Amino acid sequence: MIWLNVIVSGVLLGGFYALFACGLSLMFGVMKIINLAHGDMAVVAGYTAVFLVPKFHLPEVWSFLVVVPIFALLGYVVQRTLLQKSIDRDPFTTLLVTFGLSVVIENLLLEIYTANAQSINIGSLISKSFAVNSTIYVSYLSLTVLIVSIVVLGALQLFLSKTSTGRQIRAVSDDREAAQLCGTNYRHIFGIASALAFATVALAGIAYGMYSSISPTAGGVNLLFAFETVVIGGIGSLWGTLVGGMLLGIAQMFGAHFNEQYQVLAGNILFLVVLAIRPRGLFGKKVVMS
Amino acid sequence: MSTDEIAVDQSVSVTRHQIPVAYTVAGAIVLTIFFTWAPWLLPASWVTILMNFFILVIMATMWNLLAGYAGMVSIGQQAFIGLGAYATLYFAIKGMDPFVAIPLAVVVCAVIAYPVTFLLFRLRGGYFSVATWVIADSAALIIGSIAFFGGGTGHYLPGLSGIAFKQLNHDIYLAAWFVALIVIVATYILLRSRLGLVLSSVRDNEVAARSSGAKVTSTRRTIFIVAAAGCGAAGAVLAISQPFLQIGNEFNLQWAAEMLFASMIGGLGTIEGPILGCIIYFVLQQTLQNYGAWYLIIFGALAVGVAIWQPRGIWGFIRDKFHFELLPVGYRVQATGVTQAVPGPSIDWRPWRRGGETPPEEGSDSS
Repeated sequence: MIWLNVIVSGVLLGGFYALFACGLSLMFGVMKIINLAHGDMAVVAGYTAVFLVPKFHLPEVWSFLVVVPIFALLGYVVQRTLLQKSIDRDPFTTLLVTFGLSVVIENLLLEIYTANAQSINIGSLISKSFAVNSTIYVSYLSLTVLIVSIVVLGALQLFLSKTSTGRQIRAVSDDREAAQLCGTNYRHIFGIASALAFATVALAGIAYGMYSSISPTAGGVNLLFAFETVVIGGIGSLWGTLVGGMLLGIAQMFGAHFNEQYQVLAGNILFLVVLAIRPRGLFGKKVVMS
Repeated sequence: MSTDEIAVDQSVSVTRHQIPVAYTVAGAIVLTIFFTWAPWLLPASWVTILMNFFILVIMATMWNLLAGYAGMVSIGQQAFIGLGAYATLYFAIKGMDPFVAIPLAVVVCAVIAYPVTFLLFRLRGGYFSVATWVIADSAALIIGSIAFFGGGTGHYLPGLSGIAFKQLNHDIYLAAWFVALIVIVATYILLRSRLGLVLSSVRDNEVAARSSGAKVTSTRRTIFIVAAAGCGAAGAVLAISQPFLQIGNEFNLQWAAEMLFASMIGGLGTIEGPILGCIIYFVLQQTLQNYGAWYLIIFGALAVGVAIWQPRGIWGFIRDKFHFELLPVGYRVQATGVTQAVPGPSIDWRPWRRGGETPPEEGSDSS
């Protein structure tokens, strides 16, 4: 029964990790870049929900209605300006630029809002849960995040496979030059992919702020979890990301079951084991990793 | 012309040094004497600043070797800074003089780095970067869970209490300075060796280098281990200079940020660049020391700007503009009309050719 509890809480946590990771996966899949400021974007989204949304006289539960569109726009703008400039140079520059951004954002938040942790106030919803049986309780919030995560991944999958823009995104991701020859403006497509990635990371940041509290330095750790999720699940597979998140969540809960200190370490070990025996991830295509 | 001589285009000269070697050596000797004498010449606060400066110089030089010359963007070098610091702590607890423990800490880091490369080299580019971070995170978590090292609360480095404060400060300064000197000289020799030649060929065209028989993976492995050892030395000196060791401090991501920004701003792919970057860092930090983390924000923003608009960094800009190098590792080809025999093949003297082609992407090459 204890193990069932570990698995249930791991799966719930995994939904959150998958939500966090799908933006990272999308940006890598389309633009072949790793946004090292991905985790910090989530933190900024959380801070926006805490400090900006109350100015609209909106309950904080609904903050995503404001924050997600802002972040989609921000994603497009950041891509078309800063990121595109560094992609034009080489992948190496992208890493340096996004890492620089990450450190700058973290320290700006520290200077402006201090190191105090903030959380998004959702009232009594935080503590409400239902009992599966006498030992296992599932909180409505975690369940909602898991459902949101599945819906977001499903919608992304549908968008990429059914719509014209989605097809263009896949085309650019497969072969940028060929897509360009067929009349696709790849910079615009990059912008759209980046907008989607930022929108999902904003959702993840808000979920994180509701779950627990966000501090300016939370970005780094969350980038690691998102990255581990992507690698475990397999690069380029959205459903793989969901499974990867769940496996990471279960591994972490398994570690935490023995000792609170081992939670993150157990996840890292799973990541390193997957890397050692199956570097392309569980559901990854046999693709080149650059 | 006999058959065993190399045919040379008589209209060009190929030289390595621009300023006479004797001047470079004399300059190096003067600087060495000055910095070795510095504790007796300068006020104590200056000595402390210079000590921290040299620790950062070690880190930045090692990061430059990794990223600037071997193309491996690691954001997990704090792993080896932490491991170097904690190895020193281990030997000190066992009764060893912490200063004697520095070379042992270096060996420990090199030994740990070797198996790590087999995991890391399965990944390239950005995935390599984040994986180095995962390694650093795991190392911090493992060391942090060992009660012998004080766990999460921290541990004092024993073995330093018998030394007078002023004497101790001098000793730590000299340790930092000598390690920095060794690291810079070793890097210079390494880059002028056959290994440096392989690195330049890989950077310019990896496929061509591989097909010409360059042992790319083992060269990268050597560089990674050297960089780990160097960061281990920096960590060991750091542990002695700040003898209360805490996981959060020794394994801080900020070390990775500082070494990255300093070499980026100064100029990747040059030996002088990272040192210049460290000077800029310390000028900024000392000027803005009353304004919290703003120095780091400005330094980071500067690094982002340099990466986008001036990717060769400040020293690279000076070199390209004035064709001037203090510590050349390549050769210069000039159309002077002076005839000279060339002992070996000439190579492109511009060590950092960027913006053009990027190295080809490949799958796992951990052989």
